[in-house]
Amino acid sequence: MNVKNYVRFEFFSCPENVSFARSSVGAFAAQLSCTLNDIEEIKLVVSEAVSNSIIHGYDNRPNEKIMVTVSIGYDNSLEIAVEDFGKGIEDVEQAMEPAFSSDATRMGMGFTFMKSFMDTVNVISEVDKGTTVRLERRFALASETDA
Amino acid sequence: MNIDCKNIYDTLIIRLTGELDLLVSEKLREFIDIKIKENQSRVLILNLEKVSFVDSSGLGVIIGRYKKISAQKGKMYIAGAQPMVEQILVLSGINKLIPLCGNEQEIIKNYREDGV
Repeated sequence: MNVKNYVRFEFFSCPENVSFARSSVGAFAAQLSCTLNDIEEIKLVVSEAVSNSIIHGYDNRPNEKIMVTVSIGYDNSLEIAVEDFGKGIEDVEQAMEPAFSSDATRMGMGFTFMKSFMDTVNVISEVDKGTTVRLERRFALASETDA
Repeated sequence: MNIDCKNIYDTLIIRLTGELDLLVSEKLREFIDIKIKENQSRVLILNLEKVSFVDSSGLGVIIGRYKKISAQKGKMYIAGAQPMVEQILVLSGINKLIPLCGNEQEIIKNYREDGV
């Protein structure tokens, strides 16, 4: 990606910050040429990735660090990386299965939503080191949608 | 998240305002469970007209309440979901378990006619 603009922020792993993270990324992504519905979808995937870090990465410990990096490309593409330094995922493929959840009170739909709304979902995880979820999507340019 | 609650006979109506995510999911779960128990509810209507956002933490609460009320031979309905929220409910398959309806009146009329 040829980066046009980027932002990086870090915050504590408390539930209050899930809304902060998705709203911030949504506001930044508004620079893209995309629809309001696209922005809602972006907010959803950020919410899922950050919630995963809090619940699974840090077992709900609220004072750990989560880092979010968002880049916008000249080609109207978006790349989001959500990084935690928690316990990591042993079996990434299993974790990404629909309705797989190690926590029965949630739906286990997080990765399904990420895959549905983003072009690529890449998970890099190491046990006891942490997890990075990298999400990419390119939106059509105005010149591509013109009839 | 603001929670408003109303009982009509054995029907519990929960009206939510705001965003339904990890921050509010636990509180909402507890609130609804207490009200179901207090009221011995047999029908739960979740009004999402004023809910602007739901993620899988929120869906977890919804599906959990569905399981709870179903275990007691009760029924659950969702009223007034906004387009984006409805999209998430459909994508998750929740709509196959819990009927999505336009508004509360429509639900009450239907299930009274069904003789529930």
